[in-house]
Amino acid sequence: MTVEAVLFWAFGACVVIGAAAVIASRNAVNSAMALVATFFFLAGIYLLLWAPTLAVLQVLVYAGAIMVLFLFVIMLLSLAESEVQGGRMTLSRVLGGVAAAALLWALETTLLRLAPVARAMATAPARQFGTLKSLGALLYSQYVLPFEVVSLLLLVAIVGAVVVAKSRI
Amino acid sequence: MVPTNHYLVLAAVLFCMGMFGVLVRRNALVVFMCIELMLNAANLTFLAFAREQQNMVGHASAFFVIVVAAAEAAIGLAILIAVFRSRGTLNIGEIRTMKH
Repeated sequence: MTVEAVLFWAFGACVVIGAAAVIASRNAVNSAMALVATFFFLAGIYLLLWAPTLAVLQVLVYAGAIMVLFLFVIMLLSLAESEVQGGRMTLSRVLGGVAAAALLWALETTLLRLAPVARAMATAPARQFGTLKSLGALLYSQYVLPFEVVSLLLLVAIVGAVVVAKSRI
Repeated sequence: MVPTNHYLVLAAVLFCMGMFGVLVRRNALVVFMCIELMLNAANLTFLAFAREQQNMVGHASAFFVIVVAAAEAAIGLAILIAVFRSRGTLNIGEIRTMKH
């Protein structure tokens, strides 16, 4: 096994375990912490995919900003023990499990039938691939309009969040 | 080298786990976290194909997904705060005003 394969299986196992902990834990704070761990290991997977910029953004934006927001809301609403629900097999759980398993089965059979495309993997990528410089050049040339639209979206989200969450303006 | 397939299967597993969480969990906050998991699975797919094709467009798409996820988290959590203030609960089994 190459180093990449070892790291892929290690990070992938940690990602799956973390996601399972997010779903399984009773306490919302534990779910949030498991999600932070999942995001860190996903950042490792992004590094394996030669996407260092996205890996840094993943840690900064997801594990940093978004999860801090989640934890603030959990703290604000003091929801720590809100979900008292035993490990019963309710109808919705069974149906949800069946739906998720069916989708997983469909996806995996399709994906594993694809020829294992190792064409581009064999060759190292160009030196510029995945760097902040090349991503910035792409965003400011070819995708400059979506970039501006998305900044407007963030502005609307900020204003909207204040308007919705504030009890009295 | 790890083939692209394996990354895609990992993304599929992550997506299905997120979907399972959205379907079975009753706490709206945890449902939001599971939606973030699904968005990350989409990002992983984008990046896997970007590496396979040696094309940076996948990175730009993943960047936009991250931005939209940030906006979605801000708005969604604000809505949850407003709902909690008016209902006193975040159990999605008990928030059913729009059913009638």
